[in-house]
Amino acid sequence: MASWQWFHRMGSPKWFYEKMRIWMLALGFLSCAMIMVGMVWGLAFAPAELKQGNSYRIMYVHVPTAIVSMGGYYVMAIAGAIGLIWRMKLSFMVMKSTAPVGAILTFLGLFTGAVWGKPTWGVYWVWDARITFMVILFFIYLGIIALQEAYPDKDMGDKAAALLSLVGMVVVPLIYKSVDWWFTLHQKSTFKLTEKSTIDPSMAYPLILMIFATYMFFAWMVIYRTRVEILYRERKTQWVKQALLGPA
Amino acid sequence: MHPVRKQRLILVLVVVAVSSVVSALVLYATREFGDYAYSISKIVSGDIDKTKSIRAGGCVVPGSVIRATDRLFTTFQITDGMANLKVTYDGLLPDLFAEEEAAVITGRLDDGGTLVASKVMAKHDETYTPKEVSDNLEEANVPSRDCKGITYD
Repeated sequence: MASWQWFHRMGSPKWFYEKMRIWMLALGFLSCAMIMVGMVWGLAFAPAELKQGNSYRIMYVHVPTAIVSMGGYYVMAIAGAIGLIWRMKLSFMVMKSTAPVGAILTFLGLFTGAVWGKPTWGVYWVWDARITFMVILFFIYLGIIALQEAYPDKDMGDKAAALLSLVGMVVVPLIYKSVDWWFTLHQKSTFKLTEKSTIDPSMAYPLILMIFATYMFFAWMVIYRTRVEILYRERKTQWVKQALLGPA
Repeated sequence: MHPVRKQRLILVLVVVAVSSVVSALVLYATREFGDYAYSISKIVSGDIDKTKSIRAGGCVVPGSVIRATDRLFTTFQITDGMANLKVTYDGLLPDLFAEEEAAVITGRLDDGGTLVASKVMAKHDETYTPKEVSDNLEEANVPSRDCKGITYD
């Protein structure tokens, strides 16, 4: 059907490689600049907190990395689903490129949480619902990375990993709602949908900036890695040879 | 949409739905298992195995914290608004431990029903208030949101 043509054109690795170059540069520059501004703002200019003093500033890394590790999971799972349904090569390449980025962000979220936990709770680590599900998310990311490489046939690896990412999707809402459904040591969400958020604006603005910046950093990394993956998987095609070596 | 693709789309949705329903059922069946700590009422009601180490979560009763002057020994009471539990702890308390703040205590019940703590953790709530702003507030010590609505006696 004609109405789906745009969708299939978008699935062309060559099209993606060429069109995303400028996006990659723009996102890379913007996200780095925003992270620098957000960091200096959050770490140096935002006021100290009443009960925690300065240790609360870890949240300027913790909250964005944790949020994007969950949001990024959906990007990966949906890319995998599109690959399964439309058998789109590019979609699997996006899925493959996303997994390590998500895994690193999940690890950073866990690590910064532990660093914050010591001065705040008195312990580095507890096995409450929020943190345990976050560890499960980390292992699902690692599983997807490993599964893709476990098959000698690339196509099989892609499909298996896409299936695992679909099964693992349930863990993201579980992480999100864990603090409401169970008694956890981890606090509830500060940004609330139905009532007033419980953070002072002077502390919230750098945090919101950091969340946007981390999403853009994630997009940059995914596009960057996908372009590399395209070059690798399409290395035998004429257009890649031309793109890398110039017209013969 | 092409019938084959439609079929695959349905398969994808079924995979997501089935895995979600299975997880939901498992978690619903073991819902208390997901709680990190027992409520104080449950512990006080005697429904707890005294030979095992347990975790209790609640709010520190104002005026109940008594610190020994010669060593790191503290006694305090913790409540969920319905029942109070006496806790003794021989160790260093976290900085955020305070009255009208939430805490989680790991320990063992003794024969008198006192929780002998091996570890005390402070639970931080989700509010972030700048120091300067709170200086201007009438009451500098705002109780934890986790303890909002709890009546102490």
